[in-house]
Amino acid sequence: MAVLTVSLVAPDREIWSGEAEFVSAKTTEGEIGILPSHEPVLALIADGAVVRITTATKESIVVAVHGGFLSVDSNKVTVLAQTAEMAADIDVVRAQAALERARATMDDKAAAAARRAEARLRAAGSL
Amino acid sequence: MGAQLRVYRGRIKSVKATKKITKAMELIASSRIVKAQQRVDASLPYTKALVAAVTAAASNSPGAHPLTAPASLRRRAAVCLITADRGLAGGYSTNAIKEAEGVNSYLRGDSVTPVAYLVGRKGVSYYRFREREIAAQWTGFTDQPTFEDAKAIADTLLDAFLKPVEEGGVDEIHLVYTEFVNMVVQRPVTKRLLPILVEEKKADESTGVLPLYEYEPSAESVLDGLLPQYITNVVWNALLLSAASEHAARRRAMKSATDNAEELIKSLTRLANQARQAEITQEISEIVGGADALASAK
Repeated sequence: MAVLTVSLVAPDREIWSGEAEFVSAKTTEGEIGILPSHEPVLALIADGAVVRITTATKESIVVAVHGGFLSVDSNKVTVLAQTAEMAADIDVVRAQAALERARATMDDKAAAAARRAEARLRAAGSL
Repeated sequence: MGAQLRVYRGRIKSVKATKKITKAMELIASSRIVKAQQRVDASLPYTKALVAAVTAAASNSPGAHPLTAPASLRRRAAVCLITADRGLAGGYSTNAIKEAEGVNSYLRGDSVTPVAYLVGRKGVSYYRFREREIAAQWTGFTDQPTFEDAKAIADTLLDAFLKPVEEGGVDEIHLVYTEFVNMVVQRPVTKRLLPILVEEKKADESTGVLPLYEYEPSAESVLDGLLPQYITNVVWNALLLSAASEHAARRRAMKSATDNAEELIKSLTRLANQARQAEITQEISEIVGGADALASAK
């Protein structure tokens, strides 16, 4: 069976790249799941979304992505993220503190920070 | 006597101290060039993917996007100039400023008013000394820019572009930065940032037919989201390249300063030796003369 070639890139570095069988992400329209031979798609990823990648070796990679795009074209999946963090690198305690801080102050900037913190916690599996 | 020699020794000491500093700066700059280049390389995958996405979206979307449509009447244009925060980098900042001056006079020739957006202290002080107006300025990060810095600049520029000209907006945005060609050559360049020049690709031979993308939610909103990111990325790239150029320029300037110091020390040492010899010769002839005078007095 065909596999997907996935690359997840942030402006300052490539976060992950490799082969995968399944990628799921939350776009502004809702969840999207991509299997090999998916039609070409260009989608906006919702703020504070979580991208899940099931690699060719059945490993699961979870990444918190904030502000970005997903493009699929002939089994090549590219996720462009303004900020992205691998679940393994996320400091749960810090994210939780950030979330509480952001919820305490109620303005637009804090709301965005809260969404980012939520995405981090969701990716780390503790929300 | 001896005064001459003391002066030379003092100068040698001071030149040596300066040489130590320039040598240290040269070494620091060389290690930073490598780091800066690595950052440029690290940003390449994102840039490539983004350009591909923008090209695809722009080629497939019907009608013109406000960010890609050129203004029918150009009145004001922003010139965003990237210079260094610190000096001692040879002609780095001066060359970028010169390039910007060229752009300014070219714009004025087209009866367009240039508006200054400055990055780096050197550019700011150049404009301030000439009492010119500065629309916005950013300083303090030119040697190690972060993505947030690029985003702040890009957001300000986009705001200015989307505002009507009557309220202080601009019709065009030009970006002047220094391209890092290699360790020895850095070239100031001007790029038009907005309206964006997107190369709309028709299906060409190398890539075959362009994929017909499905857009979520729609082609327009995808382009709406993509283009600001594209702008931010261009600014980010310019900052990274400029930082690499700045370090390379500084390294070269400091290398020639160190070389000059060495040369100076060499010639000063010769002069000091000469002075020392002269002093000794004089002393000997004085002693001999004195002894002669004593002998003849007897």
